[in-house]
Amino acid sequence: MPEEHKIRVVLAKLGLDGHDRGIKVVARILRDAGIEVIYLGLRQTTESIVSAAEQEDADAIGLSMHNAGHLVLAPAMMAALDDADLDIPLIIGGIVPDVDVPVLQAAGVAAILGPGAPADEVVAAVRNAVAAAAT
Amino acid sequence: MSQDQDAYQAAWEAAVDGAPMREVPFETMSGVPIDAVYGDGPFPGQYPYTRGLFPAGYRSRLWTMRMFAGFGTAEDTNLRFKDILRNGGTGLSTAFDMPTLMGRDSDSSWSLGEVGRAGVAVDTLADMEDLYADIDLSRVSTSMTINGPAAIVLAMYVAVAELGGVPRAQLAGTIQNDILKEYQAQKEYIYPPRPSMRIVTDMIDFTNTEMPRWHPVSISGYHIREAGSNAAQELAFTLANGFAYVEAAIAEGQDVNEFGRRLSFFFNSHSDFFEEIGKFRAARRIWARWMKERFGATDERAMMCRFHTQTAGVSLTAQQPENNIGRVAIQALAGVLGGTQSLHTDSFDEALALPTEKAARIALRTQQIVAHETGAALVADPLGGSNYVEWMTDEMERRAEAVFAHLEDLGNGSILEGVYAGIDNGYFVGEIADSAYRFEREVNAGRRIIVGVNEFTDGNEEGQANLLRIDSETEEYQRKRLETVKHDRDSAAVARTLGAVTAAAEDPSVNLMPPIIDAVESYATLEEIVMAMEQVFGTYVEQAIV
Repeated sequence: MPEEHKIRVVLAKLGLDGHDRGIKVVARILRDAGIEVIYLGLRQTTESIVSAAEQEDADAIGLSMHNAGHLVLAPAMMAALDDADLDIPLIIGGIVPDVDVPVLQAAGVAAILGPGAPADEVVAAVRNAVAAAAT
Repeated sequence: MSQDQDAYQAAWEAAVDGAPMREVPFETMSGVPIDAVYGDGPFPGQYPYTRGLFPAGYRSRLWTMRMFAGFGTAEDTNLRFKDILRNGGTGLSTAFDMPTLMGRDSDSSWSLGEVGRAGVAVDTLADMEDLYADIDLSRVSTSMTINGPAAIVLAMYVAVAELGGVPRAQLAGTIQNDILKEYQAQKEYIYPPRPSMRIVTDMIDFTNTEMPRWHPVSISGYHIREAGSNAAQELAFTLANGFAYVEAAIAEGQDVNEFGRRLSFFFNSHSDFFEEIGKFRAARRIWARWMKERFGATDERAMMCRFHTQTAGVSLTAQQPENNIGRVAIQALAGVLGGTQSLHTDSFDEALALPTEKAARIALRTQQIVAHETGAALVADPLGGSNYVEWMTDEMERRAEAVFAHLEDLGNGSILEGVYAGIDNGYFVGEIADSAYRFEREVNAGRRIIVGVNEFTDGNEEGQANLLRIDSETEEYQRKRLETVKHDRDSAAVARTLGAVTAAAEDPSVNLMPPIIDAVESYATLEEIVMAMEQVFGTYVEQAIV
């Protein structure tokens, strides 16, 4: 990937969970780091996220989950990306207990950001996931 | 000083007028006898209630230790309720799962992975029958934390009570039903603000005439704070929402002295100890002044800001979670020194999951330590008169008044219109997101220390302790249950009662509660009733702004 390519990330809340403090903070952190953010907002579906990722030519997708639905919703998102033949890294942020991390990784999630993750870790997770997907 | 104190104490004794006190020694650990209140000026229990609502403070009665719970199926939660009642509890507090909170049935595609996870799943009256089975609803008070579909859940509660022979007039409890803060913070709305407000005022009116022991709205700052606001914004936005409900109810011709007595509040208690105490004291003073001077209340009970407090979930760290026990203790003490009527203490493991039984017990024990070991409950408003606390109280009030002035400006003299405008133009969500980001930047830059997060991190490498896991069998069970109820009901009656709900929604002069009660009695589902109103009211979609 050329150096000047500006990374584009689609951020969304999938499902009914309305906790949006974290994802809004993450959106601003990424913007401050020079990453382009497309925030879809609340109550998105796997279909709406796939379609936005296609239209926006996204390099990564970030979903925030705070309602313990990640073991169902993250694999559902991966399946939707597969169905659409979209090879874009998926990053999950929010409340994911340690024991669930390998489960999500096995499902193909590229990175998992837990509570209290510092800004540089958030930015690095996105850059690394995008770089890994490009190779 | 001591002569003044003698006179103050004597005047206080006249004010409490021989009311019974708790049978504990009113003295320090060293045996020093202590008065019930110290200082000068208005007592606790005197307008504008800065020092507390009641002259005796916690001397006559401790705050209510109300712990919030709910999980799995209605039957699971019913067992927990009965356990609480067997152990001497008289109040039930119900947490609903996310689909219920959003007005969705368990078989909706939206509900995938969320059924019974963060609370109990309620689809039809049948679930409500299970939830409160073998509980005498005339003898308990029930708190139900739900907003968007609050009218439907209250209707189900009325129906289940009356099926059991308890008339609605005997029911005691609170339903959160604070829809305004949903658009600002918690985001569990269904309809646009104005039709939602009509549902709220219909519920206030209905409970006024038919359910005199019911609190129809609990005006909540808790979620505003959790979403990222600071203390002054929490105070200002919450009280502004309160003024908006009062304006709306008065506009419907309701009596401020009647419904004003049954409004209550719900605040957050975070870690900045003195700021929190100033916030609680300012809340009582501002509410009393506005109810009296602006809205013309003459009954003192309609001027009193009664509130529940919960410690700040957002302050809990996933890193070194046991440290949260210390945070919760300090926040609980702030709530008590601020004069709360009831308190929920968070469990130390809640940054990661619903609490385990042991963690929930430690949280309750923390309240009991504050109540029985610290002496904080022996004197009313023990920090009153502190230069710093009095200044902080005034400062919180000044900051809140500046927000009220802005909202009045937005609403051309009406706080209600100002709140609608602030929802429409993104004022509330913008202010909250700005504060959240400011806090995050300070933590990232190391200017604000969070123990275990950006400083004192030795010990972070320890693995996570046992967490409560909810299995996914609940979802399957609940879907089958709903299928059975739908199969067994009279579908003609369902169609007829749902049609009546839609007709009532079309006519603003009709109260929505009676047709909703008819619909739940026909076993129409939560989502079907939501949709019956949605045809008329439409839906609300927030603009995605960061």
